[in-house]
Amino acid sequence: MIKAIQNIGLYFSMLNQVFKRPENKKAYLKRVIDEIMSLGVNSLAIVSIISLFMGAVVAIQTSLQLGNPFIPKYLIGYATRESLILEFSPTMIALILAGKVGSSIASEIGTMRTSEQIDALEIMGVNSSSFIIQPKIIATVLFFPFLVILSIAIGILGGFLASKLGGVITDGDFLSGLLFQFVPFYILYAIIKTVFFAFIISSVSSYFGYYTKGGALEVGRSSTKAVVYSSLLILLLNFIITQIMLA
Amino acid sequence: MIEVKNLHKYFGEKQVLKDVSCQFKKGKTNLIIGASGSGKTTLIKCMIGLLMPDEGQIFFDNQDFNSLEKKEKRLLRQEIGMLFQGGALFDHLTVKQNIEFSLTMFTAMSEQEKSDRVEFCLNRVNLPNSQNLLPSELSGGMVKRVAIARAIATNPKYLFCDEPNSGLDPQTAIIIDNLIHEITQEYNMTTVVNTHDMNSVIEIGDNIVFVHEGYLKWNGTKETIMSSDSQKLNDFVFASQLFQKLKKG
Repeated sequence: MIKAIQNIGLYFSMLNQVFKRPENKKAYLKRVIDEIMSLGVNSLAIVSIISLFMGAVVAIQTSLQLGNPFIPKYLIGYATRESLILEFSPTMIALILAGKVGSSIASEIGTMRTSEQIDALEIMGVNSSSFIIQPKIIATVLFFPFLVILSIAIGILGGFLASKLGGVITDGDFLSGLLFQFVPFYILYAIIKTVFFAFIISSVSSYFGYYTKGGALEVGRSSTKAVVYSSLLILLLNFIITQIMLA
Repeated sequence: MIEVKNLHKYFGEKQVLKDVSCQFKKGKTNLIIGASGSGKTTLIKCMIGLLMPDEGQIFFDNQDFNSLEKKEKRLLRQEIGMLFQGGALFDHLTVKQNIEFSLTMFTAMSEQEKSDRVEFCLNRVNLPNSQNLLPSELSGGMVKRVAIARAIATNPKYLFCDEPNSGLDPQTAIIIDNLIHEITQEYNMTTVVNTHDMNSVIEIGDNIVFVHEGYLKWNGTKETIMSSDSQKLNDFVFASQLFQKLKKG
């Protein structure tokens, strides 16, 4: 319990250092762009593939549940859209990114710690936590919402293709289901959730990487802890945000 | 000059540095020697501010390092160059980007000026035409040379080297030792080298501090070390038969 409180204290103390004024804004901006490429753009392929199949499976499973002939078929399109916007795209993609991006951040920073690169930055007079972590947080918070919007679009496309190829419903029914009772606020809800999830993934993973002690084995452990704690916090935050925004 | 006064450092219950006081002179290659676990790395880490001493003071040209504000400490650190044991080059940056890193962060130099400075530093460490290589493409000796080039890029007043010879063959180790010694004299820096390589002691030890079990046991030069009557020092320095023969003359 005491260790948990110490960790939380250290996490917030790290965040306090992270959001200090940069020594050189130009260098930081360049780092943000590099991180957007590394953490965001490099995740496009995996997000697209997962979203395509996720949407397809949601559509097929919904069609199986709605076997009753009295239930209109367009509800398959409606249910696919709602599931993807409200839960599957923001939360599932966040959990997948916690695995991909979170472990990458923790192992990168952990390796920098064990190979004394962070000490080298400190001795040069650079605020190492700010220089390393701040661009990662900014990059993920800015770019992950785009990934989730893309995931929703590709997921719907996957659902449409699965329905069409499986001969479940007509194109017209699926499209009218997509437009049925559309609530734009749900998109905002998905984006807000994603911003919080992005912050959790980048900051928690950075924390475990930054405070790695020891060698290669500890870097691996930090990476695992980063994924586990980020995932747990995403699920907890998902519940809290949903309660606040939708209940 | 760097002056250490009555330094104490604990890790939990264990006291690693016990009332260490010494001076590291300007324009000299100052060596901290001692066996593994004697406290020499802790001493150097306290001096550069990576560890906070529990008691004692460290003066950089009469400025008390630990009483400085955080911002002042960062400014002072910009006058420190450090050569880490493993080089600590930034993996994702090329040799050129590694060397010009602190120039980019803290100076308003133009791209051309930075390039000229990088070229000068690389020529100084005898590594021309290696600007575009990544650290993973360098040998152990080359990594150390690039790390030295990075350390001197900003013309530091103080240079710290943590076991610069570790992992190097004897020939490369001597080259690195001589390079550190030459650079120290050339730029009139205060250089502190943490080592347990006895060749370094004999070759470049202008001022030598011997640390044993956290205590400063002996302080002298490469000339006086041969005639020292300190038993602990003699046990450490003349452990090998080769050095015993050297002492006997």
